[in-house]
Amino acid sequence: MPRDPLYIRVPESELVWHPLDAVTLVYHRRSGQTHIVMEPVPQILSVMQDRAMDAPAIAARLAEDYDLPQIDAVHIIGARLEELAALGLAERVSPGQADGAEGGP
Amino acid sequence: MMHELRIRVGPAAFRIGSAWRAPVAALERLYAAYPTPSYCDYTVRLEPARPWRKWLRPSVMISGDYMLPDAAPLPLAQGLLAAEMGMNLQMALGWRRHLLLHAGAAEKDGRALVMTGMSGSGKSTMAALLGESGWRFLSDEFALLGLQDGAVHPFPRLVSLKNGGIEALEQRVGHQRLGPRLRGTPKGDIRHLVPPRDAIQRMDEAALPRLILFPRFGEARAIRTVPPGELFMRLTQASTNYVALGEAGFAAFTRFCETVPARAIDYRRGEEGLELIDQLWAQFP
Repeated sequence: MPRDPLYIRVPESELVWHPLDAVTLVYHRRSGQTHIVMEPVPQILSVMQDRAMDAPAIAARLAEDYDLPQIDAVHIIGARLEELAALGLAERVSPGQADGAEGGP
Repeated sequence: MMHELRIRVGPAAFRIGSAWRAPVAALERLYAAYPTPSYCDYTVRLEPARPWRKWLRPSVMISGDYMLPDAAPLPLAQGLLAAEMGMNLQMALGWRRHLLLHAGAAEKDGRALVMTGMSGSGKSTMAALLGESGWRFLSDEFALLGLQDGAVHPFPRLVSLKNGGIEALEQRVGHQRLGPRLRGTPKGDIRHLVPPRDAIQRMDEAALPRLILFPRFGEARAIRTVPPGELFMRLTQASTNYVALGEAGFAAFTRFCETVPARAIDYRRGEEGLELIDQLWAQFP
């Protein structure tokens, strides 16, 4: 079975966070773009820290703090990771590139 | 340029050059009370589209430091409008010293009211009406938000009254404060209004914002709270230089969203709008 893709987040120093009621604003210094994101995107970015992770690993980490939906969590997180990569806030990496990568079960 | 005029509006200084005397003469009359700057930030030029078009069916091309390549020329009778459009264009495309909001603004009790919305939402008329009703007029087109101080800096250019707004103000001010009625412009009928004297004399006095409104003219009376996240989105849409200012713009808007309450208001007539504004102003001391 193919592995879930690994993603690495852009370094924390490139991002400026600003929660504003229901949304979180993320200013990306490198691109100069402002992103308006909602749950679970800030939580996903927050658990990714600076290492490559896949959707099951992120789901497992988030489940420690939040009630995640049993069935779709990995799918939802996988879809958000693809969107984050399209926005330039995360990058898809191959297992060879990722030192200390954290894969899911 | 054959004919030239220099004027300062708030922090921005303009040199307006024209191939014809008439637009400069109209500007000289309406901008008589404004200071003359010793240097200029921007040059606006009003030139014929082709050399012979200076005399033959004269039409005005707007050019300057910042230009729109596809802008259509205007008939000479609308030269005053061309000059105003040229000045707006320089601000919209070139200004970097403040975060620029496409908004009207007025001041009372030392604090600023900001009104933003689509073209035709009534913010120009409302800003002008406030200026005649005990408020200090700050701007009808651009509110300049200070990147350091977070204050609204006045840009009290001539008010560009449109269509129904013209009659609303004609009833309140003398003809000496009004320009000629320009008929059949791309935006309908337009008549320029000279802001009240104190608005021009105090154009260097900024005020911290106390309330932001999103007015909508012609709808049944209503008030709706605009939450901070939606406010941020609307502000970025209303700003022409948010992206260009980078992180400084982000910091200024996030601070604004956290500190300034926002309401969307609908009203049918100017008086009803003024009433709603007074009511809301009293709620946010």
